[in-house]
Amino acid sequence: MTKLLSTARGRLSLSVIVFFALMAIFGPLLAPDDPRASSLEVLEGISLAHPLGTTENGSDVLSQLLVGARVSILVGFAAALISAALGTAVGLAGGYFGGWTDRLLDALENWFLVLPTLPLMIVLTRLLSPSLIVLILVIGLTSWAGTGRIVRAQVLTLRERAFVERARALGASDLYIVRTHILPNTAPLIFANTVLIIAVAILSEAALAFLGLGDPNSISWGTMLEHAFDSGAPSAGAWWYVVPPGLCLTVLVLAVALLGYLFEEQVNPRLQGRPA
Amino acid sequence: MSARWLARKLAAAALTLVFVLAFNFFLFRVMGDPLNQLARLPRATPEEIERLRAAYGLDQSLLGQFADYAKDMLTLDMGVSQVTREPVWNEILTALPWTLLLVGTGTLIATLLGSWLGVIAATRRGRRTDDSLLSFSLFTYAAPEYWIGILLILLFAVAVPILPAGQQMTPGVEFSGPIPQALDVAEHLILPATTMTLMMLGQYFLIMRSSMVDVLTEDFVTVKRATGLPWPRVVRRHAVPNALLPLVTLSAISFGAVLGGAVTIETIFSWPGLGDLSYEAVQAKDFPVLQGTFFVFSVGVVLANLLADVLYFVLDPRVQDA
Repeated sequence: MTKLLSTARGRLSLSVIVFFALMAIFGPLLAPDDPRASSLEVLEGISLAHPLGTTENGSDVLSQLLVGARVSILVGFAAALISAALGTAVGLAGGYFGGWTDRLLDALENWFLVLPTLPLMIVLTRLLSPSLIVLILVIGLTSWAGTGRIVRAQVLTLRERAFVERARALGASDLYIVRTHILPNTAPLIFANTVLIIAVAILSEAALAFLGLGDPNSISWGTMLEHAFDSGAPSAGAWWYVVPPGLCLTVLVLAVALLGYLFEEQVNPRLQGRPA
Repeated sequence: MSARWLARKLAAAALTLVFVLAFNFFLFRVMGDPLNQLARLPRATPEEIERLRAAYGLDQSLLGQFADYAKDMLTLDMGVSQVTREPVWNEILTALPWTLLLVGTGTLIATLLGSWLGVIAATRRGRRTDDSLLSFSLFTYAAPEYWIGILLILLFAVAVPILPAGQQMTPGVEFSGPIPQALDVAEHLILPATTMTLMMLGQYFLIMRSSMVDVLTEDFVTVKRATGLPWPRVVRRHAVPNALLPLVTLSAISFGAVLGGAVTIETIFSWPGLGDLSYEAVQAKDFPVLQGTFFVFSVGVVLANLLADVLYFVLDPRVQDA
């Protein structure tokens, strides 16, 4: 952590993330208007009363933006946790037990790495009917393969190390070895990878919401873009409605991805001293 | 090319295809019970439901159902659209060329431009050009592609209305021949293809850049340089061809993501391809069409990976020895 704060890039990405985290927590309190209140001021540009203009229903764009942060970040975070847990479990099982278990899980991993993820997420969300829980599950269950592969590779090298062999010779159970030797030595890698997945998960929620598969009862940056597009805001030239949610997504995803790369650089020996 | 190697790759691809079929079967037949989809039929009596179960083969064992299902999908008998009543395969055939045109154009420009910019950045590492290219590619990597597309519409179809904002050609126009028609399509292709290119460009740039940075530090480059060859020639003739290999792998691995981009980009530009077809199917809960497009997307990914393996084999002599 201190190492991260010593670089300008680390400080920048952390401040951006803290800014958006505060927005997710306090956004609804800070919103000047009810984000769903409709009025007759439809698709109006920037003004004192509406610093980011109004939507197709005459709602305040700034209020929607502040409220929308919560869903975007919550879904991204929760889905990344599921993905990390699943990837870790699959990677550990395959790497540690080897043999047919490994071959089977590895084939599954390879398929999940290349399959058309967004179409799959669309199909799953449509079949299950969109809600916050469904979005979190669908994104989490489809984005674990990268973690699985990294964990597997790390476990494969750890398994052959002397301290693991020693524990095994002393009669330690598999569960004990995994818990006390394998997992602690894999945790930093898993952590760095999970941060990267948060970025992907935030983008996935936005894409699903944009395609009309967001949680119908909540506002997120993705649903804002959906409503903006469906109501013809682009052809009306209503840039104030289109630019803010996309820009928030882009800046947040950049910051999260940058943080992930910085973590990865610290914990992955292969990346140390790599050409920047 | 060794026949055994090719046979092994083909067998692996066939196995993946079986996996795809099983996965689709699970999604659309086990998770999404087709009878639930038929629940639109109002007031069906239990006897009618039984008759329908038999008609759909749902009274058979799961394995028997899967065999039927696999046979139907592989013979392209994918049912009819619940909206248009057209066979799903016909709808897919109409949409496929448009997706191929969009994805093909985007991929072609992104690979060429991305690798060219990657070479420029790698040979000017750490300087201003390199920094700006890096920031630009990181931005396009993080920004949602459909958002970039909407911004392009705002800029070039609304603020400065020089390009069409959607569809594949001007509606209601009788073209005097194939060339005016092609030109009209090309004009409509500009914005969606640019969006597609921007979505992929960052990745190709970053991979080419890091691959070039690696190759430029290798001994043979130093040796070539020591022989007195001019530096641009060393880069062009010796470094670049060796740095191109990772691009082949990247284009195969990211093909699934590209198809995801096709869904959102075709949606915002009303481009009548498979992505737009999927979007319409999602909106209308038209499951046979959704199943068909997802199957075609999956098979596309399997084929792309097989093609990349073969290309890699042709391009890299080291794989041939293995």
